[in-house]
Amino acid sequence: MFSFCTDPSVLSTPEWFACYLTTGKLMLFYASFGTVLLLLAITAPVALAFGFAGASAARARFAPLSWLGRLYIAMVRGVPDIVFFLFFVIALDQGFEYLRHKIKCPDWTDPIRQGSDFIVCPAAKLPLSTSPQIWHEIYGFSLAVLTFSIVFGAFAANVLYGAMRAVPRAQIETAEAYGMSHRQTFWRILIPQMWVYALPGLSNLWMVLVKATPLLFLLGVEDIVYWARELGGAKTARFTDYPHGDWRVWFFLGLLVFYLCFTRLSEIALDRIMKRLTRGQATMGGEAQRKAV
Amino acid sequence: MSCWDVVADYGLRSLGIGERLLPRDDFTICKQVVLIGSGMIWNVYFGALALVSGFFLATALAVGKASHNRLARKASEWFIFVFRGSPLFIQFFFAYFLFLSLKSVSPMFGAFSSAWLGALVVLFLNTAAYSGEIFYGALLSVPKGDVEAADAYGFSGWPRFRRIIWPTMLRLAWPAYTNEAIFLFHATTLVYFSGFPALQQRGDALYYANYFADKTFNPFVAYPILAGYFIVLTLLIIWLFGAINTRLNRHLPSERRARVRYRPNLMR
Repeated sequence: MFSFCTDPSVLSTPEWFACYLTTGKLMLFYASFGTVLLLLAITAPVALAFGFAGASAARARFAPLSWLGRLYIAMVRGVPDIVFFLFFVIALDQGFEYLRHKIKCPDWTDPIRQGSDFIVCPAAKLPLSTSPQIWHEIYGFSLAVLTFSIVFGAFAANVLYGAMRAVPRAQIETAEAYGMSHRQTFWRILIPQMWVYALPGLSNLWMVLVKATPLLFLLGVEDIVYWARELGGAKTARFTDYPHGDWRVWFFLGLLVFYLCFTRLSEIALDRIMKRLTRGQATMGGEAQRKAV
Repeated sequence: MSCWDVVADYGLRSLGIGERLLPRDDFTICKQVVLIGSGMIWNVYFGALALVSGFFLATALAVGKASHNRLARKASEWFIFVFRGSPLFIQFFFAYFLFLSLKSVSPMFGAFSSAWLGALVVLFLNTAAYSGEIFYGALLSVPKGDVEAADAYGFSGWPRFRRIIWPTMLRLAWPAYTNEAIFLFHATTLVYFSGFPALQQRGDALYYANYFADKTFNPFVAYPILAGYFIVLTLLIIWLFGAINTRLNRHLPSERRARVRYRPNLMR
């Protein structure tokens, strides 16, 4: 990167760090921060949509749909989320391949599960073994996003379901008294009022989501944890590819600081949003703001 | 081979007692249930010890954060911020590599780089920070009248804290603390998926569940078994903490008692 990096004498000087920190591998490490932010940017709205669907389903008058919604909300209770992460990545992958297998190879007679193997016809493989590397990475990342969305959708459904129940009952009754249908009451009365009650829970969820991003590593995506482990460590104890010893502790210290800054910034931003949204609301927070002026 | 033989062989496998080799073929349901259950020993070990030891540090942190002493307050605030603001997963990695580097400085830290002690220390500090924040919130909402009444009776200093403030703080914090305990037990599954190695394949429940899912390429058996174990564990925690909650609230009329509600907002 810098011209002085070609001079071997810099090895013993502090300038060496400038050379080290701009190597190609380190660039991949920096880029993986983008992967994390991309995951957050996609997962947050998708999980919110999943949560909204789950909460609406739980409120449905059609009993089986309501059970389905309640089951989805109850899913995250009692079982560690990491179990779902590990489960869904394989289950979704196999589910997709199974569906494609049924559609693309209808005359394939061998069973799919043979002992400890899961065999589908070559045309049903996802992504196809002939497709370039980038598609494999994109597929892996999308599976991770979908997994995150399902798990955090269940959390969001829990929050939104609680928020829907927190809307004063009198509001719904008034709407019914005006002759609104169930659907109209839901969209025009319940949903607009729900958000204030949901916001504390949702901002909590955002913090939890931020702190769950390192789990991407477990889903096989080359994220910051992967690169920190790779770059910091020596390949073997004695013969190392890198001109330094075990620096993983420093790399992870960096990650720790990154997450601390990130959660602190989110906290400040969410505080501002909360202040803005409670302004003029008939809640204790809104009343306190009114008196403070 | 009957299921009882499997229990004899693999029941304490996670502690290194019994059969050394993990099953390589013929993954029966019985083997999976027994081995995953054997791994639960570690989850209960990490969770229970971290919870009990973390409880005391959490009380100290809550008092520290509420104190007028600037040094104690800042120290507690920073401790809580660092452990609540960063992912537990990264904390595990960082601690493992830190202990590994310290090990080369002094052999005293050798034990810390293995999971049974190193991960326990991280979980202890982590749960202390989360519970400390809960206790701090409860400490601030101890009714003023209770403290004034204690003053009027001539209580002060340590006896006032021990007999009046602390029990009320615990009573107010207990529902949230129950959630914290549940999520602490869930968090113990991260231990063997972060830096800490499972020596001789002595892992926790998730470690074995993952082993079976990888070997059979079938996630639909091992993970539901693990989920079943955790649901039972969660119900046990709720029962135990509910009993303590009843005891803490025994002097109150029944309608004023705080109920334990499940709120999934204390995840790491």
